[in-house]
Parts: sequence; structure tokens; C-alpha cells
Amino acid sequence: MSATANLPLDELRFWETSVGKKAVMAVTGVLLFGFVIAHLLGNLQIFESPEKINHYAETLRSVPVLLWGARITLLISVCLHIWASFALWRLQRAARPIPYVKKSNTHSTYASRTMMWSGPIVLAFVIYHLLHFTFGVVHPGGPFDKHNVYNNVVYGFQFWPVSLFYIVAMIMLCYHLYHGLWSMFQTLGFSHPVYTPWLQRLAKVAAILIAAGNISIPVAVLAGFIKPV
Amino acid sequence: MKLTLHVWRQKNAQDRGRMFRYEVPGVNEHMSFLEMLDVLNERLIEKGEDPIAFDHDCREGICGMCGMMINGKAHGGFKGTTVCQLHMRHFKDGDELYLEPWRAAAFPVIKDLAVNRSSFDRIIAAGGFISVPTGSAPDGNAIPVRKLDADLAMDAAACIGCGACVAACPNSAAALFVGAKISHLAHLPQGQPERDRRALAMIRQMNREGFANCSNIGECEAACPKEIKLEVIAQSNADYIKAAFTERPETAIGGAG
Ligand code: HEM
Ligand code: SF4
Ligand code: FES
Repeated sequence: MSATANLPLDELRFWETSVGKKAVMAVTGVLLFGFVIAHLLGNLQIFESPEKINHYAETLRSVPVLLWGARITLLISVCLHIWASFALWRLQRAARPIPYVKKSNTHSTYASRTMMWSGPIVLAFVIYHLLHFTFGVVHPGGPFDKHNVYNNVVYGFQFWPVSLFYIVAMIMLCYHLYHGLWSMFQTLGFSHPVYTPWLQRLAKVAAILIAAGNISIPVAVLAGFIKPV
Repeated sequence: MKLTLHVWRQKNAQDRGRMFRYEVPGVNEHMSFLEMLDVLNERLIEKGEDPIAFDHDCREGICGMCGMMINGKAHGGFKGTTVCQLHMRHFKDGDELYLEPWRAAAFPVIKDLAVNRSSFDRIIAAGGFISVPTGSAPDGNAIPVRKLDADLAMDAAACIGCGACVAACPNSAAALFVGAKISHLAHLPQGQPERDRRALAMIRQMNREGFANCSNIGECEAACPKEIKLEVIAQSNADYIKAAFTERPETAIGGAG
């Protein structure tokens, strides 16, 4: 090794190392988490009144700079998050070409070992969700009206297979965040014998609340609490 | 007691290898796991068969040479125990055990259960030196070290480089090993001058060797015979991230170097 304290800059760069890619995942994961929270809070207004949520949707559209700013940030985040996850997944596959005949995983959570299942299922969901409620091109169960978000949601969820898919996807999101929400602290360099166990508990609670909040909407529609107007 | 072993047999690095079944009667509960394999090997040699190759040296849990998967658990899965320190009293008559080598592209099999861990040596070498005066022994108390830092450094320094963390990791990551090595010196004043370049160089070498990323799964921590904590991984991530963002070309205008 050279005797200088500085390394040549043409070494593996930040995003070319596994730690760098994980940092990219953690930072984009935080942004996506922020979106999921904001999105949930917006959605829950459906329980107040049809006017409330329709007005909320109008408000979002009335500030195109913010709306498009958020959309572009999210799109970039999703792309980076997925790019890093696939690059790392390929690295993992290459790192153990011969599998064990027997392997027991005893000290890890199911959620942590299935990030590469829960993640892509959530992605599939996000794509369907956009086609379903944003573009309205795959909207079985009733008419789609760009200006009546409330009815779109109610008609959309009255078709039970769609509701079921949403519920399953939210359970996957729950698993993903169950691990991801504390993992990102570790990835970015924060670990503490007292606070990390609390972060893990908080991650569980947050993941379950997010999933439960989102699932409550299709369930309320199917149960007839929320009806079209 | 009598055991049934399924052992990975592979003649050399090129051989494909496969599991072989062995009946091992007359196992004494006071034997260590490696002594049990010694007995089996003697019987194999008497029959004119090739003995099972496995790594070992100190047999007292301090050198890091030994290691194998027993029923899918690194070193057998007992808390803070290397396989050389594992005693047969933990097993019972009629047990069926699967013995496999550490599995990782960066740990190619040499023969049977013995793997080549030179990749770890190259990561250590990439870490480089620390700047301390050589010559006469320095005064032991000349440089104050905070008690907590001394403890954390010594905990990390307990890593014996056995490779169980890689073997247990579903991703085949070497994050716990590399984290232990980076943390060890990161907590000591003697480690500060080269701290950034060490983190950069070791993480980069880890990737060049083909170890995958850490997903904070935690199987390594449970498998580590020296009970190295996941905390060291966060420490090395922090050091790496900081070093990567502050790294810059050399400058010597003032004539310091
Ligand atoms: C709403 C969408 C998503 C959110 C909120 C989200 C959030 C997160 C967070 C916070 C992490 C933790 C990062 C870390 O461990 O440092 C993470 C990790 C991960 N995400 Fe996502 N994610 C989302 C979508 C996806 C998608 C669509 C995929 C799959 C293509 C994916 C794959 C992964 C994987 C594989 C990890 C684990 C990386 C590792 O531990 O090595 N995620 N995610
Ligand atoms: S961290 Fe533990 S399991 Fe990994 S090489 Fe060091 S001693 Fe072995
Ligand atoms: S033989 Fe030295 S640690 Fe097991």
C-alpha cells in the first residue's frame, strides 16, 4: 500500500461499493417512507366526507410545482432504490454460488430475509395502483372520473379481487418497513445498545400502523361503511 | 453414543464434491467435536480411505482456523463457541449431523471442509499500517484512552477471523469481520491518522473479493464465536461514508510531504 493518507480517486467510487449502495437505499427509503406517511394521512380523509377528500385532491393538483416536484423526487428515489436493490441482489447471488445442503437461520426476522420479495411485490402494487387510481386505465368495478376521487376509490374497492390485492400488498409493505425502518439507521452508521432496540420496536409499530391504516379503506368499502355518492 | 454424519467430500478445488454418509459409533461425550472427527479419520485411514480434511490449529478457541457448518449452523450454533471448543455432550445418541464447509465465492474449498480464507488476509493487508513509533517500548500510559473506547476496541479486537459470520450470512457478507477490524482501530488514538483511508481501503477490498452487502439481518452476530456485535458494522459504515465524502486528491503545496 502507498504510504500517503490519500487514496487515488479512481478507486471504487462511493456508489460502486456495497456500503455506498446500501446508503443510497437507506436515503431513498427515507424519502419513500415520508411519502407513504403523507399518502396515508391524505387517504384517511375519505372517512371524513366525500367533499373533504375530493377537495384535498383538487388542492394537490392546484399547485403543479409541488405536485410535480414530489412526483419527480419520488420517481428518482424509486429508480435509485430499485437499481441499488437489484445490483446488491446480483452481488449476493454471485457471492454464494454453491448453496448449503442445510442452512438454518435462527436469529433473524422473516421480514429481513425477504426484502427482495416484499420489495418487488410492493413495486408491482405501485404500478397497478397508478394505473388504477391515478390514470384510471385499469379500473374494474365502476366508472372512473378524474374529478371524483372519492367515487373512484369506492367503486374500485367494491370489486373484491382488487381489494384483496391491495390488502396483500399492504401486508408486504408492512414486512418491508418492519425491517427497513430500523435497518436504515444501521446502514447510515447509527447503532446504539439502548436506542437501536427502541428503533426496532418503533419500526414495528410504524409498519403495522401504516398497513392497518391503508387496509382500513378497502375493508370499509367492502363492509359497506363507505358508499358511492 | 453413535452418530450419523453427512460430510461434504471434495478432493480439490476443481472437484465437484458431494455429501457422503458415515456411521460413527463409540463417540465419547467428553470428546471435542474435532476429536470426534479425528477418531473417524483414524478409522478411515485404517480402512485405507482418504481422511476428511478440516482446518484447525490451537483447538482452544483463539486462533480462528477451525470452522464448519453443523446442521446449517456455523460452528454448530452454540453461543460464543468455536467448533474446536464444542463438546460432544451437546449431542445425543442417534443424532444425524450435516457437516459442510463455509460457503462463499470468496472462500473457495481447498478440500472437504477446509476453505481458503486468503480473502480475509488481503482485506487486512489493504487496511495497511498505523503510525506508531517503533524502537524502545513507549510508556504504557503516555496516550490516554477513554475507558469506553478501550472496551469497544478490545471487544472488536476479539475477532479471530474465522469466517463464521460470512458462512452464516444469507448474503455472504463479510460486514461483521470488516466491521470488527475497522472498529477496533477506529476507537483508539493510535488508529486515528489512517482512519479514513483504512475504512475506504478495507471496504473496497471487501467488495473486490466478492463479498456481498450487509442487509442488517443479524445471523452473523449470532454465529460469531467471539460475540462481535452488529454495532461494529454501523461504525464501519459511518467511517466509510464519512471518508468517502471527504476523500480528495493529495496536496503538498506547503511542502509537508
Ligand atoms: C413504497 C416503497 C418502498 C419503501 C417505502 C421502501 C423502503 C425501504 C427502506 C426504508 C429500506 C431500508 C434501507 C436499509 O436497509 O438501509 C429498504 C430496503 C430495501 N428495499 Fe425498499 N422500499 C420500497 C420499495 C421497494 C421496492 C419496490 C423494492 C424492490 C425492487 C425494494 C427493495 C428493497 C430491498 C431489497 C431492501 C433491503 C436492502 C438491503 O437490506 O440490502 N424496496 N426499503
Ligand atoms: S467477526 Fe466473529 S465470526 Fe466473523 S471472522 Fe471475526 S470472530 Fe469469526
Ligand atoms: S482451532 Fe483455533 S479457534 Fe478452533
